[in-house]
This record gives sequence, structure tokens and C-alpha cells, in this order.
Amino acid sequence: MLELFASFSPAFILIAAGVLAGFIPTSKSGSFISKVLMVGAPALALVCINVIYYGQTENTYLGGQLSFAGIELTTLRIDSLSIIWGYIFCFAGILNGIYGLHEKCKITDTSALIYTGAGVGAVFAGDLITLFMFWELLALSSVFIVWRGGPKSYPAGMRYLAMHILSGVLLLAGLVIYGRATGSYAFNNIGLDMPGGWLIFLAFGIKAGFPLLHNWIQDSYPRSSVTGTVILSVFTTKLAIYALARGFAGTEILIYIGAVMTVFPVFFAVLENDLRKVLSYSLNNQLGFMVVGIGIGSQLALNGVAAHMVSHILYKSLLFMSMGAVLHRVGTIKASELGGLFRSMPYTAVFCMIGAAAISAVPLFAGFVSKAMIITAVFENGHLVVYAMLLFASAGVLEHSGIKVPYFAFFAHDSGKRVKEAPWNMLTAMGITAFLCIYLAIPGTYGGMQYLYGLLPSEVAGAAKYNPYTDYHVIFQMQLIMAAVFAFALLKRIGFYPPERRAEILDFDWTYRRLGLSLLQWGNAMWSRLGAVIIYALRGMFGNISRRLYQVFSPAGALSYAAPSGIAAVLIAGMLAVTLFVVYFL
Amino acid sequence: MQIMSLFPEWILSHGAASIVIIPLLLAVITAVNSSARLAWATVLGVTALCAFTALGLLLQVMSFGPIHYNMGGWAPPMGIGYYIDGLNAPLLLLISVVAFLCTLYALPSVVAEVEPKKHGPFYAAFLISLAGLLGMVATADAFNVFVFLEVSSISTYVLVAMGASRDRRALSSSFNYLIMGSIGATFFVIGIGFLYMQTGTLNMMDMARLLQEIGPGDRVVQLAFAFIAIGLGLKLAMFPLHMWLPGAYAYAPSFFTAFLAATATKAALYLLLRFTFTVFDPNWDYIAIAVMILLAGMGILGMVAASLQAIFQNDIRRVLAYSSVAQVGYMLLGVGMATTLGLTAGYLHMINHAIMKGALFLAVGAFWYRFGITQVSDMRGLGKTMPWTMAGFTIAGISLIGVPGTVGFVSKLILVEAAAENGWWWAIGVIVATSVLAIIYVGRMIEQAYFKPVPQINDRPVRRNEAPLAMLIPLWVLALASLAFGIQTEWLMNLAEAAAQVLSAGSNTVIPGGAYALPAPIGGH
Repeated sequence: MLELFASFSPAFILIAAGVLAGFIPTSKSGSFISKVLMVGAPALALVCINVIYYGQTENTYLGGQLSFAGIELTTLRIDSLSIIWGYIFCFAGILNGIYGLHEKCKITDTSALIYTGAGVGAVFAGDLITLFMFWELLALSSVFIVWRGGPKSYPAGMRYLAMHILSGVLLLAGLVIYGRATGSYAFNNIGLDMPGGWLIFLAFGIKAGFPLLHNWIQDSYPRSSVTGTVILSVFTTKLAIYALARGFAGTEILIYIGAVMTVFPVFFAVLENDLRKVLSYSLNNQLGFMVVGIGIGSQLALNGVAAHMVSHILYKSLLFMSMGAVLHRVGTIKASELGGLFRSMPYTAVFCMIGAAAISAVPLFAGFVSKAMIITAVFENGHLVVYAMLLFASAGVLEHSGIKVPYFAFFAHDSGKRVKEAPWNMLTAMGITAFLCIYLAIPGTYGGMQYLYGLLPSEVAGAAKYNPYTDYHVIFQMQLIMAAVFAFALLKRIGFYPPERRAEILDFDWTYRRLGLSLLQWGNAMWSRLGAVIIYALRGMFGNISRRLYQVFSPAGALSYAAPSGIAAVLIAGMLAVTLFVVYFL
Repeated sequence: MQIMSLFPEWILSHGAASIVIIPLLLAVITAVNSSARLAWATVLGVTALCAFTALGLLLQVMSFGPIHYNMGGWAPPMGIGYYIDGLNAPLLLLISVVAFLCTLYALPSVVAEVEPKKHGPFYAAFLISLAGLLGMVATADAFNVFVFLEVSSISTYVLVAMGASRDRRALSSSFNYLIMGSIGATFFVIGIGFLYMQTGTLNMMDMARLLQEIGPGDRVVQLAFAFIAIGLGLKLAMFPLHMWLPGAYAYAPSFFTAFLAATATKAALYLLLRFTFTVFDPNWDYIAIAVMILLAGMGILGMVAASLQAIFQNDIRRVLAYSSVAQVGYMLLGVGMATTLGLTAGYLHMINHAIMKGALFLAVGAFWYRFGITQVSDMRGLGKTMPWTMAGFTIAGISLIGVPGTVGFVSKLILVEAAAENGWWWAIGVIVATSVLAIIYVGRMIEQAYFKPVPQINDRPVRRNEAPLAMLIPLWVLALASLAFGIQTEWLMNLAEAAAQVLSAGSNTVIPGGAYALPAPIGGH
């Protein structure tokens, strides 16, 4: 049984389960079975990966060599880099399964399983063709999850699909050029200098949310369903991080791209009212840290990337889960309409705060032990400006994800909403994740940090070598946190946060906010006017083009007359003349 | 050779002739048959027998090399020779298997679409058309090719016209096709005439040998090439000569559209390949230039223009018909590269396209059978009302787009590779762009079916009404084949490579005149 998957890919356990779930009827027992699949299939895949990898002695397991249309493929490569991704993907799959137990939706079940499978398959792809196939499957399966968000999510899903298809096309073009130039489709370090390297880089960049290519994240994730957003937040972007780490480790431009990625979402996240959108911005910001780490490319940095990816998946899922629970119970996720929910959803509030502490890198929480590695690596490599940007971004994360999200949802002014606590399955999933967020950060014999570090790709900087809990580091981090908390309190005091609209006493504040607001409003109005003009112009242009196309190609168009035989005969004679000309004179 | 012992002796020794003669003879019996059921059963039996024979021939060619068969024992160049090799054996199998599946499908479909008293003649015409296609693929005699071309064409005109009981426009479409098809056939026979004038033989191999002696400079041979290329180009719906195709596909009876789309243009493409690469010599300058400009150039034009046209169509079958023209463009592009890889891509796409387009047209026929649907806008809610049919349609549709894991992807990938090998980067751009156009025209139908609500009748949604099993089985066989061969690519790739090798070997390796011995005795049983 397991041998079968060893010679193909454990991803097919998940994909097969997904297809099966699609055919199970929606009766009571049927939905029970599909829920068993949702939790059981990722668990089985996890066991399968473990058995395959530790069932042999090599450092790298290569399997599934097969010839596809004349090209040698390696559909399964488990090595020290990919296995940590495989583990956490399967594990996240299990958590998603538990979190979604209450939901009866065939489309989500099917596409979530296939989506998870595509993620696992892509991570274990040993060559670019296999990577491409799972890359496309990932996009196709996930768009259905976006569409579960209701009618408003449909256009967002289309935009999401367009971006990902573009990414796939770029990857395909790049890999063909690369494969022809090098004669091999193996997926190893590619580098920008290789032919096709830039195309592949851009393809990865779209999925990783590079600046200006990032909009699909904030566009689509907050619009999906309660469970959908949690599932979406795990796989796509982290696969891109893996692909970058595998193909472009040590590419210098990534350092600067990553640094920009960490900084710019901070401003948007602070202004945003939709809390799931806030989290989407902070997702982008966290990816920036990993991209910087990949750009540095030292062993410490890559270890940091892998560790940060694991803890990021955990705390980001936890935050999205808690916000999902709020949305599930309250029906809205607008910061301005929430508040005081800790009274009615105490467990969710606690879990959300654990996630917030982890993303803020509070010592003894998961973010701390992983982010520290990346920042240390940046410092060691002497990129001081980038180092400063990362510190600013860390403070920014704390600002919007660490404080803003739990504060506005569960505390702030009481919205008067009294709802039930989240369902038991959501609490279970959040509880497990929250436990791991703490456990993985605890050093010492009984803590979980050794296990996290033990999984990291480079042995050199493995479990024993790196210690985040130095006095200097802990104190520095605490200072950073204190500063951020202070800044929040100050900004709160002077009423910077838009949703809070209590009357202030000081006149100056009022003027200040009014001025800022009206400036913003003016800018906004101008912007939308400009946008309208541009859209009008574009629509006119494209309208013309499509009208022309229609006139030529439509059923009533010039090319589609039920051609009278006479014209056709003339055409045939014309073609003969052309051919004769070619044959005789060229 | 264990597997060869499954085939009876006569298939191995006389299969090349009997695969053509059996349907031809039984067509006569079918024509005078008054019972529709019996006629159908006869056709089913004949097509099954043909498929079995074709499989035997293919295996024989694969293990023992080409088969030479002399009709009536008269050796060519005096008599008519049949010649089966790696190029046409897969096509024989393809045609007869598709014929078998379509016949299975025909039982409910023909009852609904054709007047009851015409069933016997209808099935007879189908058998004649099948025999014609198989004949033009199997024969090695140039004039015999023309005869079978006309046999299949004339019965096709009749069959298209029989769609008139469903839609009167079938008559004018059939008439158009008749005129244009006849011009094409005439051009072809004029070309053959010129060749006969210069070489004095009608056997293709003999012709190739004598043409080599004449050399590339001969004006009459050049003229012959132009006539043959245009005549066959019309039959295979090369881009500006495709005008007969949308009408014929849109108004013929459902099952015949599927058969026509999957086989007829392929047989003509095969002839073009056979003549261009093995009778003429692709190394001659004018052939090389014509192949590049005419085939690849028109292929590219067709891919773009016909894909655009498919996007704007309202009738489902017209969408698919224009998509067929575009797909022929892909095949021509591959062939036009004239490299082994390009030929492999073209040939593979020919087989793959037959599989997926067959499935699509079968599904569309089922939509009409249950709900009378012909327009794209009427497809809304089909994902709920005919889930299995629609699922089959969707699989074939995504294969047409070229999604990984389907046959469409395999052949497009190899086509892209071939273009890259030639350094034709612009062609890769066009392939990708037209794939996006395919996403649009296929996506439009899938969107209607799955994302639009089920239509209401008297305030109640339309009830689920799945197609009968006789329709679902052939549809799903083809749909699953498009998945299976998308993952297990080896088998079809081997066939396509063998065919491409025959073509790249060109006319130089053709066995000279003396080699028309009876087939070597078959071992292993």
C-alpha cells in the first residue's frame, strides 16, 4: 500500500480522498464519511511520508521516476528541505479538517483535500514539470474555496484565478526555456542568470506575493468562507516560499524585495477595518521575512526560513481560525462593529491572543524562536538598512496583528453583542494550534523547541547551535514589544484608529483627525475620479476592439456567412494560386 | 507473441483487405434491411469486427513491421496493393474504435433524430462512409485513394443531409459541403493525373521511386503537388478552406457529427502526410518551403482566427466545430516544423484530438436528446440536471484546453518542445495565447453548466434527467481515455514516434520495386 505511494507521491492519498469526497452523497452518514476523510487523509499522508523517508537510510529519497512524453520525471523527492514542508502541510490539513467538522459542504471538502494534496505534491516534486502540474492543480482547486465566500467572492475568485494562471503560464514558459538550455528539468537551484530564470522567478513571485504582485492575497482571502480562509492561508504562499528557497536561495535581489514586503503592508493593515483583511496584510508581511531569509541564503537564514514557515503556518492559522469563529458566530468581521466579545467567547479570545503573541514574537511563543534566526542572519551579513526595516516591520506586526486584531474583536468598547462560544470542533482545532504555538517555543528537555530545530534543513546550525534565548535577544525583543505597545496606546489616545469614534475632549485631536480625514477623503475622491476616467477610456478602447472582433467573428460577422459555394470556390482557386506561387517561385 | 495467437489466422493474413471489404459488403445488406434494430446490430457487429481487425493489424505492424497485401493476388504495380505501417495502422484502429463507440451511441440517438423508415439506408450510408475512410487510409494505390475518398465523401453528404428532420439547414450545409468537397476531390484527382502522366504508375511506392529518378526540377510534378495539397487541405479543413465544416458539424445527426469530427479530417491529414513526406521528397526545396509556409503558416492563422471565432459562437456545435479548425491548426503547425519531434506532436495531437472532440460531440448530442439544447446559453444548470454527461463533457473540455493530466496537455507540451527545438519562440507564444482563448470558449460552457441556476418550469426547477446508458458509456470511454492517456503517455507516444519515424525516413527508404512479395509468414502460432 505505502510502496505504491512511495513510487508516486503521498499527495495522491489526499487527491484520491478529495475525489472520493466529491462522490459521497450529502446524507448524514455521507457527510460523516467525508469528515473522516478530511481528517484521516492528511494524517495518513503524514504517516506515509514518515514511513517512506525513515524507511531508508539515504539523506534524500528519490522515487516515482517515470517517463512522461519522453521527459524523465521524478515525482517524489523527500529531502531535508522538503520534508519539513510536507509535515507541516499535512498537519495543517488535519487542523483544517477538524476546524471544518461542523460545515456540510461538498465543494469545500473536495477542493480542500485536493488543494492540500496539490501543495504536498508540489513540495515533493523533484522536477519542474511535476512542480508545474501541481502548481496548476493548486490554483484550480483553491479557486473553488474562494468562491465559497458567496456571490461577492465571485469576481475576486476570477481575479485570483487569472493571477495564478498567469503564474502557471510563466512557470511553463520558463521551465521550457530552462529545460532546453540545460537539458534537464530537475528542480534544483536555478538562479536568475539561467535562461528562463527570470520567468520562473516571476512565477514564484506572484504566488509569494511580491510587492505589486501581492494584491490577490488581500483581494481573495478575506472574501472566502469561514473555513475557506483558514485553508487558503496555509498552502499557496508557503509553497512559493519553498520554491524560492529551492530555486533561488542566495539571490541578492530577494533581500530587498523581502524587506519592502515586510514594511509596506504595515500601513495598510493599520488602516484596514476588515479584520481578516488585516490578517491578510500581515500574512504578506510575514512572507517578507522569509523572502529576506532566502535572499541571504546562509544556512542559518535558510533554517530560519523553514522554522519561521512552520510557526507562521501555525499562528496565522490560529488567528484566521479565531477570526473565522467570530465571523461564524457574529456574522461580521468589521472592527467597527465588533468589540467586547471576550465576555461571550472567552476561549476564542484566549486562543486569539496566543496567536497574536506568537506573531508578535513574544519570547516563549513560536514566532520568537524562528524570526530571531532570520533577523540574526541579516545582521550577521551586514545588511543594516534591511535589518532596520525588519525591526520596524516587527513592530508593525505587533501593532496590527498582535494588538489591533484581538483588541478590536474582543475588547475595545463593548458592541453589546452576546453570542455563543465557538463550536467545539473549532475550539479543539484552535486549542491544538495554540498549544503548539507555545510548546514549540519552549527550550530545554521538556520543551518542543528541540523538535522544531531538529527538523530544520541544515544540520550545521541545527538543534544545538542556535539559541534564541540569550539575554541580549530577549531583552531587546521585550523592548521592541514595549515600544510597540506604547505606540499603540499613544495612537489610540490621540484617536488614530478610524473605527473608534468616541468623542474626544481635546480640540486639537479633533482638528487633526478631521484634517487628516478630509485630506484622505479628498485624495480618495480624486483617485476614484481618476480611476473612473481611466476605466472609461479603457472601456471605450476595449469596447471598440471587442466590437470589431465581434463584427468579424460572430455568427453574424464577416467571417461566418454560411459561405455561398461560389465564394468558397474562388477562395480555393486563390489558395491554389498561392500554393503554386510558393512552389514555383520561392 | 502470445497476444498474436488471440487473433484468428485470416485477420493476420487478410486483415488489410477485409477491414475495408466487410463494411462495404454488409452495407448492401443493411440498406435493404427493414428492421432498424437489426440494421443497428449489424453495424455494431461490423464495427466491432473492424476494431478487432485493426487491433490485430496494429500489433502485427508493431511486432513484425509493415504489411504488404496484394488485392486478389495481383502484385503492384499491375494490381492494387494495400500497405499498412506505423503511420496508418494506429489511424485504422482509431477510426474503427470511434465508429464502434458511435454506433453504440446511435441506438437512442438515431431513433430521435432520423425518420423511422430511413433507418436502414442511414446505417448503410454510415457503413459505406466507414469503409471509405478505412479504405483511403489502408490503400497504397493513389487512384484507389481517390475512389475511397469519394466513397466516404458522398455517403457523408447523404448523412449530413439526413439531419434535415431535425433542422432544415442541414440541407444547405450538405449542399455546400457537396460542392466544396467535390472541388477538393477533383483537385486531388487532377494532381494524381499529373503524377500518373509523369511516372506511369499509380502505386505510391513505385511513384516515389520514379519521382526520385525524375528529380525536383519537374514543373508538372510541382503542379501535381499544389493540386494534391489544396485538394487534401480542403478535406482536412485547413484554415481558409474550412468553410464547409461548421455547417456540416452543426446540422448532421449527433452521432455522425461525433464520428465525422473524430475521424474524417484525420484521414485526410494522414493522406497529406503520406503524400508530402513519402511520395514526394520533403528534402526538395519547394516541398520544404511549401510545408513551412503553407502548413505551419496556415496552421498558425487557423489557430488564432478559428479560436476567436469559436468564442463568439452561440451554437454549441459551432463552437466545437471552429475549435476543430483551430486544433487542425495545431496539427499542421507540428507537421509544418518537419522535424521528428514536430511530426510526433502533430500526429499525437491528431489522435488526442479525435478522443476529446469525439467525447465532446457525444455529450452535446446527449444534451439535445434530453433537453433539445443547441445553444450555449441553454446549458445553464446542466451540471445538476445531467451530472454524468456534463462531467464527461467537462473532462474532455479541460483536455481541449490542455490542463495537465489530460491528453490535450501532453500533445501541447510536445508541440511546445518541438517549437522550442526549432527556435520558433513566436509559435510558443501563439500556442499559449490560443490556449487562453480555448479557456474562454470552453470555460463559457462550463460556467453556464455549473454556475448558473437550473432553469425553472412552472416555478419548479427542471428535474434531473440523465442521458441513457447507451450514450453515457461511449462518452465516458472517451473521457476516461483522455484522462488515462494523459497520465500513461507511453503507449500513444510510442505510436506517434513510430509514425513520425516513418515520415522522417521519407521516400528514400521505400523498398524499391522488387519488394512486393507476399507478407512473410507469421510466426508464434
